[in-house]
Amino acid sequence: MRGSRSPAKTALGLVLTGLMLFPVYWMINVSFTRDQDMRKSPPNWFPVNGTLEGYHEVLDRQLPYLATSLVVGLGTVALTLLVAAPAAYSLAKLRPRGGGALTFALLIAQMIPGIIMAMGFYAIFLSTGLLNTLPGLIVADSTLAVPFAVLVLTTFMSGIPEELLQAARVDGAGALRTFWSVVLPVSRNAVITVSLFAFLWAWSDFVFASTLDQGGDHQPITLGIYHYIGNNNQQWNAIMATAVIASIPATVLLVVAQRYVAAGVTAGAVKH
Amino acid sequence: MNHVTQAPAPPAAARAPAAGRGRRAMARPPSRQWAAWAFLAPVVVYLAVFYAYPLYRNLDLSLRDYTVRSFVRGDAPFTGTANYAKVVADPTFGPALWHTVVFTVVSLAFQFTIGLALAMFFHRNFRLSATLRALFLVPWLLPLIVSSSTWSWMLNSDSGVVNAVLGAFGAAPVHWLTSPDWSLWSVVIANIWIGIPFNLVVLYSGLQAIDPVIYEAAELDGANGSQRFWRVTFPLLRPVSAITLLLGLVYTLKVFDIIWIMTRGGPSGSSTTFATWSYRLGFGNLLPAFGPGAAVGNLLIVMALVFGLVYIRLQRRQAF
Repeated sequence: MRGSRSPAKTALGLVLTGLMLFPVYWMINVSFTRDQDMRKSPPNWFPVNGTLEGYHEVLDRQLPYLATSLVVGLGTVALTLLVAAPAAYSLAKLRPRGGGALTFALLIAQMIPGIIMAMGFYAIFLSTGLLNTLPGLIVADSTLAVPFAVLVLTTFMSGIPEELLQAARVDGAGALRTFWSVVLPVSRNAVITVSLFAFLWAWSDFVFASTLDQGGDHQPITLGIYHYIGNNNQQWNAIMATAVIASIPATVLLVVAQRYVAAGVTAGAVKH
Repeated sequence: MNHVTQAPAPPAAARAPAAGRGRRAMARPPSRQWAAWAFLAPVVVYLAVFYAYPLYRNLDLSLRDYTVRSFVRGDAPFTGTANYAKVVADPTFGPALWHTVVFTVVSLAFQFTIGLALAMFFHRNFRLSATLRALFLVPWLLPLIVSSSTWSWMLNSDSGVVNAVLGAFGAAPVHWLTSPDWSLWSVVIANIWIGIPFNLVVLYSGLQAIDPVIYEAAELDGANGSQRFWRVTFPLLRPVSAITLLLGLVYTLKVFDIIWIMTRGGPSGSSTTFATWSYRLGFGNLLPAFGPGAAVGNLLIVMALVFGLVYIRLQRRQAF
């Protein structure tokens, strides 16, 4: 299995990638299509006579949704890190009694279907007044990321050389100081990976938004798109334009942190 | 032949912890224990309040006879397993169970096969292979509502691009989302598309971990391409494959967004799975049926947990 440089393979690779990404291309194409061409048969394969109507719609009506998603995403990242980073440090370096059981609980927690959590949260939020509020949505969205974050950060922090922590201890740093000034800075890449995923999951969440924020004043972009689809006069260029905008964080994630993404996907699956 | 039985190495980020294992046996000073649990306190509280408590409330919902009024006031009478009995006797139960199984099994079979084929293809580093492999991640990263609505429009009976292509080959238009015969297959197709990247990436990292020396040895022994796959790649990839499949299973069982956005489980229940049924009972109607909805959800949890435990057992075995 020697690495080959054959152009035939590259060509095949390009074709396969093109096929795989065709729906993404189609989303972009439709987002530029004029209303009168929308139901044309056969459809326009390229955005000839393209229009920006769809994007004007987004600017007119979807900006509040996008802003809400941004706030929810950032809030989720903050909450996730706040809970996960200290736990990961402890599990990786402080050898707590019962740490194994906790890791086990986190693995199980990852497998609980969102719809079940949503129903439980609905009952709780209804009685505590968190229903249709952003803090409520942030809390719910963070459950998507916290187990993953603890597991990935633990894996990473276990790799920090013991000597480094020893040196900090010799210099008189306590556990808290070691965590803040040594462990966290060294774990920067893992923290970035976890933050990007937490943001992306919160940004993409539909289950919690549609159950816990149905009647909220501030709704995320996933609900913005959902309301659009539910409309009777479906404006597909506007729907697809919103979809394109909603895909920006995923694209940024892939461009900025390509190798962390692959590592993150595998970290969830393979033994830590 | 030591290296033949070697388990695939974890990805770069996950390689470290083995080094710490030996030190576990050392004494744990009590003061360190206090510090250790102080750092764990947030996550423990978090798990209790935001995981255990919602799950408990969900269980409670499924064991009581809730109406909208008693839901707000919290004084619903305890009815034991009545909701479960009601759900199992419901005419939706059989089809929903069947659709859940078909959706999961067919999705997994195709995701895994296509993912493995692509992983093997990308494994032979060619020009641009790393970039193209990264592009393959896009479907997995897109918000589900984005992919689902894109597929909805592509599969539209009258103006969808899929029917336009089929039409060019002379096929009659297929009512992908509006015919009971096709709706389940439509959501399966979209779900396969979304799941391929995950399988590709994990299986690729598994392939990377196989020592190329083994292939060279097989080649020297005169093994041809298919023999190399079935006698070398396949057995060595088995632990990673098992985990990919089990994790995929747990993920697929809980798929809700795609189905709900594309078909809402319809038409006439033809693409309803446990996840969408649970949602419809709890949130999809004007009069919510929280009790039965929670009961369906808990049946789903039991399915996921059973497979999750199998997964963790496998993972443990792989660790040693």
